[in-house]
Amino acid sequence: MTATTVAIPDSPRPNGALLRAFGYLRPHWKLTAGAYGMMFLIDAISMINPLIISWIIDHTIIKQNMGMLSLAVGGLLALVVVKGVFTYFEGRWTEVASQNVAYDLRNELQRKITLLSFSFHDQAEAGDLLSRTIQDVERIRFLTGRATFRVIEGTVLMVITAVVMIVLNWRLGLLAIAAMPLLVYQSIRFGKRFRPLSLQIQKQLSVLTTRLEQNLRGAQVVKTFAQEDAEIERFEVENQKWFSLSALSARLQSQNMPLMNLIANIGSVVILWFGGSMVIQGQMSLGEMVAFTTYMGQLLVPVRQLGMVLPAITIAGASAERIFQILDTIPEVHDSPSARNVNFGEGRVAFDHVSFGYGRKAEILKDITFEAEPDQVVALLGLTGSGKTTVVNLIPRFYDPTAGSIRIDGTDLHDIKINSLRSQIGIVLQETTLFTGSVFDNIRFGHPSASRREVEDAARAAQAHEFILEMVHGYDTRVGEKGVTLSGGQKQRIAIARALLMDPRILILDDATSSVDSETEHLIQLALENVMQRRTTFVIAHRLSTVQKADQILVLDKGQIAARGRHEELLASSSLYNNIYQQQLKPKKHKVIETISQGGDD
Amino acid sequence: MGFGIGVTSSSMGPRGVLEDFSSGQDERGKVFDRHIVSRMLAYLKPFRLQMLLALAAMIIASGLTLLIPYLLKIAVDQYISAGDLPGLGRISLYTAGAFAGLYVSTALQQYLLSWVGQRALANMRSALFRHLQKLSMGYHDTHIVGVTVSRVMNDVATINDLISQGLITLLGDLLILIGIIVTMLLMNVRLALLTFIVLPLMVGVTTWFSRRARGAYRETRTSVARVVGDLAEDISGVRVIQAFGQEDTSQVRFDQLNQANREANISAMTLSFIFLPAVELLGVLATCIVLWFGGRFVGVGTVTVGVLVAFLSYVTRFFTPIQELSRMYTSMQSAMAGGEQVFRLMDTEPDVEDAPDAYEMPPMRGEIHFEDVTFKYRPELPEVLHDVDLEIQPGQTVALVGPTGAGKTSISNLIARFYEVTSGRVLIDGIDVRSVTQQSLHRQLGLVPQNSFLFSGTIAENIRFGRPDASDEEVERASREANAHDFIVSKPDGYNTRVLEGAVNLSVGQRQLVCIARALLTDPRILILDEATSNVDSLTESLIQEALGRLLKGRTAVVIAHRLSTIRNADLICVVDEGRIIEQGRHEELIQRGGLYADLYARQFSGD
Repeated sequence: MTATTVAIPDSPRPNGALLRAFGYLRPHWKLTAGAYGMMFLIDAISMINPLIISWIIDHTIIKQNMGMLSLAVGGLLALVVVKGVFTYFEGRWTEVASQNVAYDLRNELQRKITLLSFSFHDQAEAGDLLSRTIQDVERIRFLTGRATFRVIEGTVLMVITAVVMIVLNWRLGLLAIAAMPLLVYQSIRFGKRFRPLSLQIQKQLSVLTTRLEQNLRGAQVVKTFAQEDAEIERFEVENQKWFSLSALSARLQSQNMPLMNLIANIGSVVILWFGGSMVIQGQMSLGEMVAFTTYMGQLLVPVRQLGMVLPAITIAGASAERIFQILDTIPEVHDSPSARNVNFGEGRVAFDHVSFGYGRKAEILKDITFEAEPDQVVALLGLTGSGKTTVVNLIPRFYDPTAGSIRIDGTDLHDIKINSLRSQIGIVLQETTLFTGSVFDNIRFGHPSASRREVEDAARAAQAHEFILEMVHGYDTRVGEKGVTLSGGQKQRIAIARALLMDPRILILDDATSSVDSETEHLIQLALENVMQRRTTFVIAHRLSTVQKADQILVLDKGQIAARGRHEELLASSSLYNNIYQQQLKPKKHKVIETISQGGDD
Repeated sequence: MGFGIGVTSSSMGPRGVLEDFSSGQDERGKVFDRHIVSRMLAYLKPFRLQMLLALAAMIIASGLTLLIPYLLKIAVDQYISAGDLPGLGRISLYTAGAFAGLYVSTALQQYLLSWVGQRALANMRSALFRHLQKLSMGYHDTHIVGVTVSRVMNDVATINDLISQGLITLLGDLLILIGIIVTMLLMNVRLALLTFIVLPLMVGVTTWFSRRARGAYRETRTSVARVVGDLAEDISGVRVIQAFGQEDTSQVRFDQLNQANREANISAMTLSFIFLPAVELLGVLATCIVLWFGGRFVGVGTVTVGVLVAFLSYVTRFFTPIQELSRMYTSMQSAMAGGEQVFRLMDTEPDVEDAPDAYEMPPMRGEIHFEDVTFKYRPELPEVLHDVDLEIQPGQTVALVGPTGAGKTSISNLIARFYEVTSGRVLIDGIDVRSVTQQSLHRQLGLVPQNSFLFSGTIAENIRFGRPDASDEEVERASREANAHDFIVSKPDGYNTRVLEGAVNLSVGQRQLVCIARALLTDPRILILDEATSNVDSLTESLIQEALGRLLKGRTAVVIAHRLSTIRNADLICVVDEGRIIEQGRHEELIQRGGLYADLYARQFSGD
């Protein structure tokens, strides 16, 4: 998934974003505090254990004090059991806290995404939004959970181990600790070289995958153009690139761990040599020397973890930014403080000198003025990009005009609560989106409490009832992902039923003729006629019959109303209308054969 | 980790442990398949030398790993206890030398193994890609692209990792485990046997964990997939959600899935939080056994303090190999399952192969002749063409019309010999297509596919696809003829504009124009044109029509037709229905005849 930037303001401070991410731990501070408390207890036990072993060797085994041996061994076991219990709670609490952070963030993101206006979604890419909500949140979860925890735990453990070693025997302690800066240095150096390389490898791997995928998708083209050999060569080039990068990474990786071990091990040898000498000279006991080697081993673990976790924190910073970019975006269309719930009366819609443009781009609508009388059918007509869709999108406030005002029954749209406005407008969009779930649930999507009877009535009016019953599970048939595949015509009729069920005062239709056979087309036609009765209707027209029935036709050209009137009037008066009529409305002859070949589509 | 006494914590974090132990397949598959392993080994054969070297390095490293605690024992017993300072110096130097040797041997082993592994992986991918180029359309029809991609990218990697690295590591782990056991037994049988009590406990705990972890981890994967699925739907349907004011409902649904995902993650991770302390407890238990019994033996004099210290060190490195081995067990299963799929793909025979005596197709005139052709896509499927006879003269444009599934596409596929006829013959210029090489046949064919498929890459690269050596002038000329030049140069990067995946940055009409330019550039004798059905605006439509006119001119063209203009101007219209050509003739003739064609034609007009 390539991350593309959405037109969202850049957040100025990455560190601010990180801090803010940590702020999400606040509601779960008890868990976090508990986990850190556990951590100190665990570290304490980790420190004591080697001392006990050392004490056992010196005072019980060498001195052969068997009573004390049993006691000490029992104590050691007991401590480990206690430590195990602590570790369990430490881990679980950190995990629960960080999973809660992820949960909260994802809920907030989903909420924001569904609230953001069309203008946001026009530019955002689904894949990008998904990767922010899933991957980026996961990185934040890691950061607020184990990552930070490990950094702190590792640092604490390192410092305590160092202190204990110095206290135990300052000369030997200092000698052993001398290895630490080296370890840290190597760990950071490796991280710096390895991270960019591994990103490069990931990228190259996805290039390779794309090559392969494209080759398979275009297999027919590859074959007909006899380009098999050229394709092989292209693949080889990318494959070789991947190999070179991987080989380089193999070299880096294969050296790193053994080198870290070597550095620590040299520390162990130093302990053996100097410690051994001290034991011989009576300045140190054998047990203490054994404890030292154990501490040396303990030093390596946090260093190794720091090397792995630190890069993750850097990435998390970028992730936090990407998440907050979305959370900070304010929906362009939102309720004004003075907005109230309004019940539409007759459904008179008036556009008053309305203009509209997206951001910096040129104006899409210029000075649109018209009035739709109650129960009228207004047809919008024009070439692609003339602004038809934009006009109807302004009515439910999917966008706000940049100038001018729109009124329904005399009330400015800004004075109506968005929810109240949209609940009284029915919309059948050009691309019919159905949701995963039953047909039944899809029809009552906008009115989740509708009864079975109401749903069936709506489906009947939309000419959908019969084909729904013909499916094996009738209204309970699942559609969408993992459900049955419906044809374009069937989807369209379900969408019409969905809009009908809302019994809207105002109706917006995009009656695009997707490639359906003439029988289906006839059914859709009937459905639309049912729907339009007793409502103020706006239709983006593609059918002659619709236009003929319209009370008012608005012909749009480059964002302006170029002509208006009824069908016959416009035929007589407007050359643009005649043009469009020839191209779009007049019986589409080349559709004939398409219909033949697409027969059985529905 | 030095002499590593008392430190048994795993180097992996809890999540790492969880993931590592959960890589297995759902069902219990084979853990070791000799055939798969031996075929895999064939890919490693060229790197015998490196592998042998790695093996030697591994043996040295294992030996050194075993030797180091023993050196510690000698240091304690012979020098420290005896107060022999120079001796201690010597043994310390030896130990340092052993550590240095360990560094060199492990680094060398790891480098060699990864290098060979990556090399073999790259080679296998190449081999698979080459093989895929040979496979016929029959393969592509029946296999989902994503699945094949995952074979070449993922399955190959899993099996390769296992064979090139896993097997040697496995060997190393076994060697160390056995070595430790033997050394401990040699040093002191009784103490060793007592310590081994922990082994079955360790195996038990690990098995318990890896079994539970797999199910729990799978649950986290499904639950996150549900979250993704729901959110994806919210995003794609956001306009409908807002239009119907259902923001709250969608939030409630998302919240449930989000919650389920949180719970699944927490309970999976909880397993790790039990497993890791348990492992540590067992490690300390072993240490305690050594101390408690060993301490007594020291008193009796059967064990020296040095042996005790060495035992403490060996006990801590017991556990890594045991965990590794159990982890390998799960990953072996999935690797074998993957390997089976990979080699099945490798063994798939192309349905269409060049005959042993196939020759180059001579320059075509473009005459096509179907003789009593019947055709099934696969033996078990029903016949889709029955006794089709068709004669196309050089330079003719033939339109195939008819309902979906009638057999239009099958006819065009047989001309290109994407499939073999079941009986009968397809002749081009009187030559049976089976007697020439596929590549030489395809070189003289052109195709404009229905879905206007473009590759990711620049527009110029796409136009040049069939003739990578074409000059810039030739590309431009073809684009001009295809009416594509104007829109291309109006893009900011002109011909170097990148076609994004799925060609989303080109309109449907523009894609068609580029496809036409691509076909024009190869100047094919025979053209197969599967017309697009999607609606384009009328201006683009007329550009396409004009471009198609130029493309069809002077060539034999077989058109799977949806556009009236193409059909009207066709030299011959074949109405295909249920695998037969039921009507043939020109537009006017067919209308006059009053058959199916005339019927369908008339019906459309009554509709509006």
